[in-house]
Amino acid sequence: MTTNASLQVVVYFAVLLVLVKPLGWYMARVYEGKPCGVDRLLGPIERAIYRLSCLRPTDEMDWKRYGMAMLLFNAAGFMFLYGLQRLQGGLPVNPADLGSVEPDLAFNTAASFVTNTNWQAYGGETALSYLTQMLGLTSQSFVSAATGMAVLVALIRGLSRSTSTTIGNFWSDLVRSTLYILLPLALLLSLLLISQGVVQTFNAYQTAMLLQPVGYERSMTDSNGHPVLDEQGKPRTERATILEQSIAVGPVASQVAIKQLGTNGGGFFNANSAHPFENPTPLSNFLEVLAILLIPASLCHTFGVMVGDTRQGRALLAAMAVLLLCFIPLGLWAEQSGNPLLHGDIDQQVRDGQSGGNMEGKETRFGIAGSVLWSAATTAASNGSVNSMHDSYTPVGGLVPLFLMQLGEVVFGGAGTGLYGMIIFATITVFIAGLMVGRTPEYLGKKIEPYEMKMAALLILIMPMIVLGFTALALGTETGRSSILNPGPHGFSEVLYAYTSQGTNNGSAFAGLNANTPFYNLTGGVAMLIARFWLAIPTLALAGSLAKKKTAPAGSGTMATHTPLFVTLLIGVVILVGALTFLPALALGPLVEHLLM
Amino acid sequence: MKDQLRPALTTLLLLTVLTGFVYPLTVTGLAHVFLPHQANGSLIVREGKVIGSELIGQHFDKPGYFWSRPSATSPFPYNAAASGGSNLGPTNPELIETVKVRVAALRAADPGNDSPIPIDLVTASGSGLDPHISLAAALYQAKRVARARGVDENTVRALIARHTEGRLFGILGEPRVNVLGLNLALDEGR
Repeated sequence: MTTNASLQVVVYFAVLLVLVKPLGWYMARVYEGKPCGVDRLLGPIERAIYRLSCLRPTDEMDWKRYGMAMLLFNAAGFMFLYGLQRLQGGLPVNPADLGSVEPDLAFNTAASFVTNTNWQAYGGETALSYLTQMLGLTSQSFVSAATGMAVLVALIRGLSRSTSTTIGNFWSDLVRSTLYILLPLALLLSLLLISQGVVQTFNAYQTAMLLQPVGYERSMTDSNGHPVLDEQGKPRTERATILEQSIAVGPVASQVAIKQLGTNGGGFFNANSAHPFENPTPLSNFLEVLAILLIPASLCHTFGVMVGDTRQGRALLAAMAVLLLCFIPLGLWAEQSGNPLLHGDIDQQVRDGQSGGNMEGKETRFGIAGSVLWSAATTAASNGSVNSMHDSYTPVGGLVPLFLMQLGEVVFGGAGTGLYGMIIFATITVFIAGLMVGRTPEYLGKKIEPYEMKMAALLILIMPMIVLGFTALALGTETGRSSILNPGPHGFSEVLYAYTSQGTNNGSAFAGLNANTPFYNLTGGVAMLIARFWLAIPTLALAGSLAKKKTAPAGSGTMATHTPLFVTLLIGVVILVGALTFLPALALGPLVEHLLM
Repeated sequence: MKDQLRPALTTLLLLTVLTGFVYPLTVTGLAHVFLPHQANGSLIVREGKVIGSELIGQHFDKPGYFWSRPSATSPFPYNAAASGGSNLGPTNPELIETVKVRVAALRAADPGNDSPIPIDLVTASGSGLDPHISLAAALYQAKRVARARGVDENTVRALIARHTEGRLFGILGEPRVNVLGLNLALDEGR
């Protein structure tokens, strides 16, 4: 780890931790319905939404009703987004004149954005119109994040309420998350990003005269558009020259801001935040990577405030930060060491004038430190945006993001979803600790009993089942294998990464895999839907069951859940569950590849 | 369940309009009033014609220009309408071969220069549109560019120095040189 890389990591965490408290406090005010400073401006909009929807935000819901509202809202969003893509060819605001999206791709993309995964089987600038990007993707980026936050708040209420049958009102949590938290932050971030050079326009793609004409080999096609083959069956090429560069632009900044803040990750362009128009400078990179962890980290403090003990939130935040900090140096070391297979005339050393290391798939302005820090943050959180191509990472460098996802997206995780995952790990930890000393386990004064453990076990088991199950299915079929780009164990990693990413609602990719096939679009879409909703429902059930219980005052035998001892235990449980489940699969992919290199 | 259907549809509609229409429109409006240059793509205009963007790289392979990093975009390099990286894995023989070809091309254009080639000059960027090369990669090419243009190498080095951007606050990002900016400056004799 170079001095500068360490410095970049330190500055990053320092700024993040400074922001946690004020934002966390503000969000707690929002969810508790207290005045939070912007009510005069946003209150009328909020009340208008309630009025037009014929709902009273004060109507309390039990967990089943809350879950039903959540599912209905997301089902409607899914159908809307699917329809929008299928019809975009005939709809306005489409200056690049793109056609409608194929059914399998539209299904995958709809599932992807409704579940806050933002897996991109499409190439933004070549497949989706401005209208689809805005009305479909940008808006779902907001409300899918807000849905995750709403479920978290319901769980927190379950923990903080005593003998209550209800856990809040979904509509009010959804609307307030969007209006008071995501919208102002996104507006601020988009303007900061534009000042750095992120584009924001409805103009059509720009055309530039190139300084030097570019010659290239173009594949020849016959009059029917089929490639012409030579005697050996290879496609024939001819020499061609281009004089102009067509530059894709669009309403980018508004999408980038929310994709970073809402742990979405679905970019405007195919190259995501590696694209200079999404992420042009080191400062824009810093702001974007900060935005990835901002809300998930701050929600820990919100949790502390709402359960009336900020030490509890700090303990969970500490566990997350320690876990992430363990993995970043490993990634930095692997990527800075470079690729030993590229030797001879090439200089991969870090020097004054270059970052050195494994630069395939990375941008010069970010170098190794800026790329690795991002790859760890984006997979620790279930963001999934990328500023470098993970597929081209060294085996160990690629293992870091892969394993961070396989920990279950609880190391910061998604907006809301990450913390509810971590709270569930905390209940498992007190359960295990309780078994060891032979006492009834309690978390925040709530007895953890068989019903809670069943729900928690469901949550832990579903993710590996879909990830490993679909990986096995893809590798066992010719269709699945034919999408692989890189040979050997790296090809295995591509498939494992794809289903890990979709099965944890992350959305990043080893993008060499051709994921835009009916097989991957359908299986991936199903994986994303299960990962999201099959986890959200047991979480709400847990919230309902916890809310009903009486809060017992802490006694002398109660295990404290805010101490370093508990944090260590919690980290151990998270690592153990993740490692035991996925180590065999990792051994077949990145670990073998590392030994081969 | 039925009584939840109406809120589901209306909140979706209203939040979609708010976040998918009003929000991007507001951002666009503010951007075009306060930051029009950036919002439109930081375009470089000469004699009324757009000749590129400060943020989007272009492909160069003449010895008299500084070369950008290799680009994996399809069907031609630096296709700014279809961004993307090579996604080649570190152990993929295709990557090793491709890099060898790039090394050979750099050597052929610059006989007598035996110094090791900076890694970024033979590897493709993530976007395929990287506008920068490392300072080391620019200095590596200085002699070739000077020879091809028949100018003093020190003049070229001075130009590189002027086009080098350092780390922000000495911490964030990496030192780098904007290739299109540098080549334009060479052409315009500045």
